[in-house]
Parts: sequence; structure tokens; C-alpha cells
Amino acid sequence: MSQPRIIDDRERAVFRVPRASLTSSEVLDAERRAMKKSCWFYLGHESEVDAVGAYVQRTVLGRSIIFVRGPDGAIGALYNACSHKGAAIAREPRGTAKHFQCFYHAWTFDTAGRLVSRPDDAGYSPACDVAELALSRPARVEEYRGFWFVAFEGDIEPLIDYLDGATEILDLVIDQSTRGLQVIRGSVVSAVRANWKLVIDNSGDGYHGSALHQTFRAYLKSLGGPRDSFIGGSLPPRDLGHGHAVIETASPEGRPVAKWDPLFGEGAREEIEEIRRQLVDDHGQERGLRIADSLRMMLIFPNTIVVDAQTPMIRAIDPVAPALTNLNAWALGPRDESSAQLRRRIDTYLTFLGPAGFGTPDDVEAVESIQRVMGDEAFIEWTDVSRGMTRVPTLIDEFQTRTFWRSWQALLDGVYPIPAVATPELAPVAMASAPT
Amino acid sequence: MSATALRDVSLVRGAVERFLYDEAALLDEWRLNEWVDLFTHDARYVVPATDDPLGDEATSLVMISDDKARLVARASRLLSGRAYRESPRSRTRRFIANVRVTAFGEDSVRATANFTIHRFRDGEHTVYVGRYLYELIGTGETFSIRHRRAELDHEALRPHATVSIIL
Repeated sequence: MSQPRIIDDRERAVFRVPRASLTSSEVLDAERRAMKKSCWFYLGHESEVDAVGAYVQRTVLGRSIIFVRGPDGAIGALYNACSHKGAAIAREPRGTAKHFQCFYHAWTFDTAGRLVSRPDDAGYSPACDVAELALSRPARVEEYRGFWFVAFEGDIEPLIDYLDGATEILDLVIDQSTRGLQVIRGSVVSAVRANWKLVIDNSGDGYHGSALHQTFRAYLKSLGGPRDSFIGGSLPPRDLGHGHAVIETASPEGRPVAKWDPLFGEGAREEIEEIRRQLVDDHGQERGLRIADSLRMMLIFPNTIVVDAQTPMIRAIDPVAPALTNLNAWALGPRDESSAQLRRRIDTYLTFLGPAGFGTPDDVEAVESIQRVMGDEAFIEWTDVSRGMTRVPTLIDEFQTRTFWRSWQALLDGVYPIPAVATPELAPVAMASAPT
Repeated sequence: MSATALRDVSLVRGAVERFLYDEAALLDEWRLNEWVDLFTHDARYVVPATDDPLGDEATSLVMISDDKARLVARASRLLSGRAYRESPRSRTRRFIANVRVTAFGEDSVRATANFTIHRFRDGEHTVYVGRYLYELIGTGETFSIRHRRAELDHEALRPHATVSIIL
């Protein structure tokens, strides 16, 4: 079977993606192979492993990984499989360990992965030296300002080059606090019965808000909340290179960092406005207020979503099967923030986001319904993603989705990464003069 | 324990059981406005994260932490026909068991109970299992709910993805 391909017709301004790519296990196998060759994946945040020996278990593209701070204080990643027979050596989802002792034969490793002891060592020849039997580890782990990523191919480009223009947006998230960020305890651990690319598409889609989420808008309105349009003050969606894309707009709601809203109450005003003044002092008027007032959603290709709305969140979208996707999400806030701010952060988060918010369940319903009616066959060939090709795209166009799919195609064709696409995408003249 | 005290405990437990069964029926029948009326004005309904089931809503990223106003909004959203995860409505059937009265005074009772909720929709059957923690106000003839916490035993919302119903 030939692989389904996208249609990217910039003369007619038509962009279509093949639904067969959403149902086929051959496509998923090809995607996994190509992603493991060329992509970095979000692994965890440094605050999750603050202490020496602190670790959390993660699964990335089906691989069980221990994200850990080793004995020398360095953060790293180990495959969670004993180098002897392969039993899981970390048994708790998270914890602090001096050693990982395999429960099967009691081989013992330090948190850097070195085999430090095994029962009846005399039974092994020098060829089976303990030095040869350290835990296997992913080819590369690198960080960007506390956000750790993993790659499975040794000769992949450095993370900083891979992130490309995404670092500008990550900086806006990270610079919310001079004290650094930390992951808030409690996270979303879930699975969606839909193809992983539908989950990506939904996360970046600003078009569905007014239809799908009208109950959320009605709720805010009932509280006397914001009536601003989502579109006001928005920047055009941007292709950040490497398939990363961002949408950014003035937040219609309050933000604990740092836009006070009457819904937070008068008691919160002074604290939030002080944070706001501090941001302007530290970053200047323009950048400081951009951090405070704008919400942003960014895809770090292929499967990491950064949502900086009510509170910064990282979503990791991990395909399990063509119609099943693990969706994990972590919320972040400044280290050492006041308990009142943390409470506000959690409270604004859970009105919309999260598995029981007033928004997210309907997003899940949308993508699961697509998958359900598509069946195994994808009997309807195309999904249209052409909106906004003829203009400088707005928040409610589909430019960011096209950015994802262009890089998806490049990945499967073995030509990833491709140059960022300028907008508008339509005119051949504009295309010819577009910076690459 | 004296015979009187023993009778008191079982009387209280009987009243709590009756109340919880009636509450479950309201939820299974989608009589959500009547259900919301069971709550006091200072009430809270909490569903913690699956990976932090004992987490406090002030410091942990819980799934739900509703005061009375948000509870009213939640019910009204679910009944609006535009909460699409539940429109059309799912069918649910709740089983409440192992009701334990953990403390009781003149006009309040603390109780825990186990729950199993079956949800059917679009050819899928999902099950939610966990325990309730209640703080009830009243004498037993009628109770009001001041605190209601539903802790799921699931390690993850797989494959549920959401908690779109009232647990």
C-alpha cells in the first residue's frame, strides 16, 4: 500500500490531509520510525527531580524511561529495564533512590545506571564485567532552561537547534518567574481514543472555540467575566521552524501571571499587580506585558504542546495505537509562589482545562467522534485544513495545523526539517520572496 | 459499646445509606438541579488527580474543586445540551457500598462509601471505581452535603480520558 500523502496546493489555496493516516498501523509504524530518527521528545522538568536520587517514570513512544538525578547531581535518563533479564527496576511511578535494585535477581544499579553489585559475582567471566552491564540509556538527553528532552538517535542535531524559534516562546513561559518554575503536584494521566494527530490538531485549533466551547463562554459571562473576543490583540500564528508553531493572543481571562481580573477578587489585586510591575521592571514594558497578558499555545513538533493559558502546562501526546493516544499533562507555576497564588492558579486551570473542566471533555468528544465514525477504513478520503491560506492567518485559521502536517509529510519523506513557511501561503509571488 | 450507642450508630448509618442511595438515583436519572440543591451554600465537591488521590485542592492539580456556584454552573452546563461529551447523555448506573460512618455529632456526620459507576455511550462501557468522603449536615431526616470528595482508584484515566459525568 502506498503511504497516504497530504495535498499542499499553494496556487489554489487548498490543503488536505488524508484520513487514512489516522487509521493505519502501517502509517503509525512509519511515523514512529521517522520520529525516533529525527525528533526530540519532552521528558520532564528539572523540578520533578530536585533531590539527588529523585526520579520519575516516563513512557516516551512506548519506551519506559527513568528520568533521574544521579549521584553527582546531574539529570539523566535510563531505560527502565534491568541489563540482566529486562525486568523493570523502578517499580514506583516516582520516588527517591540511592540504588535501583532489580527485584528479580537483585542486580543493583546506582542512579547513574552503573551496575554496582550482583549476587555471586564469581560466576561471571571477565567478559561479563560489571562495567559492561550498566543500564541502557536513551541516546541523548538535553535541556532547555529546565525542560528536559530525550532523543533516540545519537547523531540528531542538538536540542537547541531543534527547538529553533520555539525557544522564544519557551522563554516567555519560563520568564514568568525569576525564581524558576516547578511542576505542581498532581497531573493528568489519560488516554484518548483517537489518533495522536487529531489530539495535536485540536490543541492548536483556535477555530472551534466559539462553537464547541460556547458553554464555557456562557459560564464566564454568567460570572460577569470577560467579554473580550479571543481575536482581539492576537498575533498572527507563526511557523517557528522544524514544524513548531505558535498561536498567541491577549488573554480574555485573568492570568495569575499577571493580569488581575475581578473574578480573582479584590484581595488578589495587589499581589498580581506587584508581579506585573516586577515583570515590566525585569523585561521592559513590551515583553513584560506580553508575558503577563498574552496566552499562547505552541506545538513543539512532533508531540509536545505548551499551553500557557490559565497556567503554563506541558502536554505530551504519545501514540499507543492508530486509535489510542496517551495524553499526559503537567501544570507549572513559579517556585516558592504564595499559597494564595497557587490556589488561584489551580482554580482558574480547572474551570476550563483538565479531564473534568468545562472545556476539555468536549475537545475529547470531538476528536473521539471523528475517530469513531471513521472506523478502520477512513472511507472518506480527505480532511480539509485550507482555512486562511489566502491571508495573513488569524487565530481562527488553520495555519498552525498546516505547519504540523507539512513537517509530518517531510518526516515520512525523509526530508525533515523543512524551512519555515511565511504567510500568506497563497500567492506564488509571496512564496518566491519568502525567507527560508 | 452500650446497646444504645450501638443502636445510634446503626441508625445513623441507615440514614446515611438511604441518603446516598437517593442521591445516586438523582444522578443516574440526570435530575442534576435537584442534586445541586442537596448542597449547603458553603459546600465543596472535589475530585483529586488520579496520581495524587489524597491531594489537597489548594496545592494539587485536582480535576474538580467546585464551590456551590461552580457546582450550579456544572449542572446547568451538563443540562444545556451543549456539553457535548454528555449530549446525548450517557447512561449511568451507580452502586454504592461499604458505607461507614466515621464520625457523628449533634447535627453532622462524616461518612465514607465505595462506589462503582458504569457509564455507557457510543458502544463504549467505562467504569469508575473509588471511594466517597462525605461531610453531611442534618439530623438524619434530611441531610445536606457540605463536603463531597470522590477519590478514584484508577491509576490513570485510561481509556476514559475525561470525567464528564458527576462522580
